Amino acid sequence: MAQETQEPHVIDARGSFCPGGLMELIKELRLAPVGTLFEVWSTDQGSARDIPAWTQRAGHELVSSTAADGVYKIQVRRMR
Amino acid sequence: MAQEVVVLGGGVGGTVVANQLARAVAGQIDAGEVRLTQISASAHHVYQPLYLYMAFDQANPAEGRRPQASLLDPHVGLITASAERVDREQRDVVLAGGRRVHYDYLVLATGSRPAPEQVPGLQEGGHWFYTEEGALRLRDALLAFTGGRVVLVVGVPHKCPVAPLEFTFMLDEWLRGRGLRDQTELTYTYPIGRLHSLEPVARWAEPVMAQRGIRTETFFNVERVDPQARTVVGAEGTTLPYDLLVAIPPHSGQKVILDSGIGDKGGWVPTDRHTLQMVGDDHIYVCGDTTNLPISKAGSTAHFEADVIAANLASRLQGGHGSARYDGKVVCFIETGLSKATYVAFDYENPPQPKEPSALLHHMKLAYNRMYWLTSAGVL
Repeated sequence: MAQETQEPHVIDARGSFCPGGLMELIKELRLAPVGTLFEVWSTDQGSARDIPAWTQRAGHELVSSTAADGVYKIQVRRMR
Repeated sequence: MAQEVVVLGGGVGGTVVANQLARAVAGQIDAGEVRLTQISASAHHVYQPLYLYMAFDQANPAEGRRPQASLLDPHVGLITASAERVDREQRDVVLAGGRRVHYDYLVLATGSRPAPEQVPGLQEGGHWFYTEEGALRLRDALLAFTGGRVVLVVGVPHKCPVAPLEFTFMLDEWLRGRGLRDQTELTYTYPIGRLHSLEPVARWAEPVMAQRGIRTETFFNVERVDPQARTVVGAEGTTLPYDLLVAIPPHSGQKVILDSGIGDKGGWVPTDRHTLQMVGDDHIYVCGDTTNLPISKAGSTAHFEADVIAANLASRLQGGHGSARYDGKVVCFIETGLSKATYVAFDYENPPQPKEPSALLHHMKLAYNRMYWLTSAGVL
């Protein structure tokens, strides 16, 4: 499937205490087509916890989650 | 020929940039070397934070409104007109009716707008205090309210990120004062997994909500409203019944940004987080809500960004490099009821630590509501 090799749309939320990584993801995701892949960059621990939890509750797909040098990189695909 | 600086937008960001820059390059403007023009869609400047107080009948629209021309340094030329698009090739702003205003440097300070129409049913079934009309309609609904279920929902993105908490705490105290709190179930919802995007603020708010008997529902992103059934449905599957629904509407960038093809899908302009220049355009600076930056859409953000933009434009107009950098600074007062307030200050590197709420901070907030006109004048 084409979407499996799709380049992620990067949301650079590093240094964002407010609104933070998850809110930035929601902002972008609600206007994007179903199937769009996002990669959120966040330095906020709360977002790193919240993004996977919200993704599951809202019916989207958590593709991957990594952390290096204090930056969390979380990939999410819009599913509905 | 004079170098042309055009500020598009008559809100706090655009007005602070115009006034600060006018003072910094007044000599060049007097000498005909620089021309500074502000384009504002409205002849009046509105101090929007008063909307929150209007909803509780504690402020009137006239208190928050002044003629735009009265706020501007005499070195700034004001054009009151709607801008239809930005022509980056010709470096013109095209106004309604076709008039073109040329720029060498352009500041985009067009702001954001509440977009309740993005949530099906919200316009019919909900209230908000993000416009003058909405605040007055909510005021009337609150004065007619005799008890029941009040639900607050929060759209994304939205400006003034502390407003959901402020409104909830003020409503709690307002209901107690009118003897209606026992008859009212008050529910505060929030889009993410805590009570506010600022983690220290969320930690502070949690016990306060519990102590005041305010119900909370996190991970609630308003998807639709059913005005007949009086229910609001979240994207995460939760349905909440209401008698009075108060929304922080999702916000959108302005039409001129979308029509010019210079924004993302939401109408936010891609902006360098430090230089505040539009990505890929050395001639355009972006201020306040107009940016796509992951920071609070708030008056103080626009104010602190305006300081940097005005300094860099002044530098460049005088042969410098314009190398001042924005550090992400934001300062917000937070009303914690009708008689106390706290505040938060943070930037890209330093998280906020809310202070103990006090009557003094509440009165400072009320005093700032009066002093704001010095901010727009570029003084404070």
